[in-house]
Amino acid sequence: MDTAAVSDQAVTTLKIRRYDPERDSEPHWERYEVPYEASDRLLDALHYVKWNIDGSLAFRRSCAHGVCGSDAMRINGANKLSCKVLVRDLGPEISIEPIKGLPVEKDLIVDMDPFFDAVKAVKPYLMTDDHEPTRERLQSAADRERFDDTTKCILCAACTTSCPVFWNDGEYFGPAAIVNAHRFIFDSRDSGAEERLEILNEKEGVWRCRTTFNCTDACPRGIEVTKAIQEVKRALIFRRF
Amino acid sequence: MTATVDGAGRPVIEAPRSRAPRPGRARARSNFELYAWVFMRVSGLALIVLVFGHLFIMNVLDGGVQRINWGFVAGRYASPFWRLWDLTMLLLAELHGTNGLRTVINDYAERPQSRFWLKMMLYTSAFLVVTLGTLVIFTFDPNISG
Repeated sequence: MDTAAVSDQAVTTLKIRRYDPERDSEPHWERYEVPYEASDRLLDALHYVKWNIDGSLAFRRSCAHGVCGSDAMRINGANKLSCKVLVRDLGPEISIEPIKGLPVEKDLIVDMDPFFDAVKAVKPYLMTDDHEPTRERLQSAADRERFDDTTKCILCAACTTSCPVFWNDGEYFGPAAIVNAHRFIFDSRDSGAEERLEILNEKEGVWRCRTTFNCTDACPRGIEVTKAIQEVKRALIFRRF
Repeated sequence: MTATVDGAGRPVIEAPRSRAPRPGRARARSNFELYAWVFMRVSGLALIVLVFGHLFIMNVLDGGVQRINWGFVAGRYASPFWRLWDLTMLLLAELHGTNGLRTVINDYAERPQSRFWLKMMLYTSAFLVVTLGTLVIFTFDPNISG
């Protein structure tokens, strides 16, 4: 950040939930005064803290442009990607916490293993039982459109960690896993739908969903997550009746 | 971090984190949760008719609640239709409510033990209510003196 321009910039306060497992027994809040420009995203403000105030602040980020899904965090109580929100839209004091429901490792970094395990459990890859075609597996534009929404998932965990059922019951597959199952269940080229539906029909599957729409609100890619979950429920019901 | 060495004395790089085994998912192939979910929707719709019909007949229709006495109930229960109505309402409402509370317990009780005992209490109370209610509906005797 250009320090010469700092003087005429606005200043905001970041209230960050810090936790260092080697020093703290409990997480605690710390406040940082951060200057910002109108074009600064929250990620820029976090960089300012890490590079200029306290280098021990730990958070994940990779592409910094809303595609890699590394920097999901709880910002003013709502899950967002810090690289996709502007500081000026977040008020004079911004609270930043790690996403909820996964074990915190340090500061804003959580253990993502339970999340990825749930996604892997629904077999999010092409499964076929026919012969391999000589060229490619063709699909009509309409068939491709059927699951277009759920192809947008970047596995940032904003949806799953905004779900109150997941907060209390880590065994629940969670919205992201169901979205990734939906992406293949409704793909005309795939033949593993039955297997995935059977997995999501389990006790910790789609029937735990309370349709609170937290996941849809949280998704930084604008995926209609709750709708995808309902479509999986409907597929299960019409398979039985 | 201590350096680990293999049999030939070469250093071995350990995996950054040992993968914790995911606590066993119940792999039981059962449609119970699906049927429970459908039951909640269907019984909910049926209860709208049954409960509001019941409330309307008891509280609004000719004279409303003032006219309800032993004779009124005896007159109603002379017809199997009203006994069936009440039995259906009793079973659907109790099972609908029980399943709803089962869901609430699953959502909010954190320890497996408290989950288990809360559900035991719930099922016991549901059993008592259903048994007692069914008993009354089937054994109601209009001859109070008998």
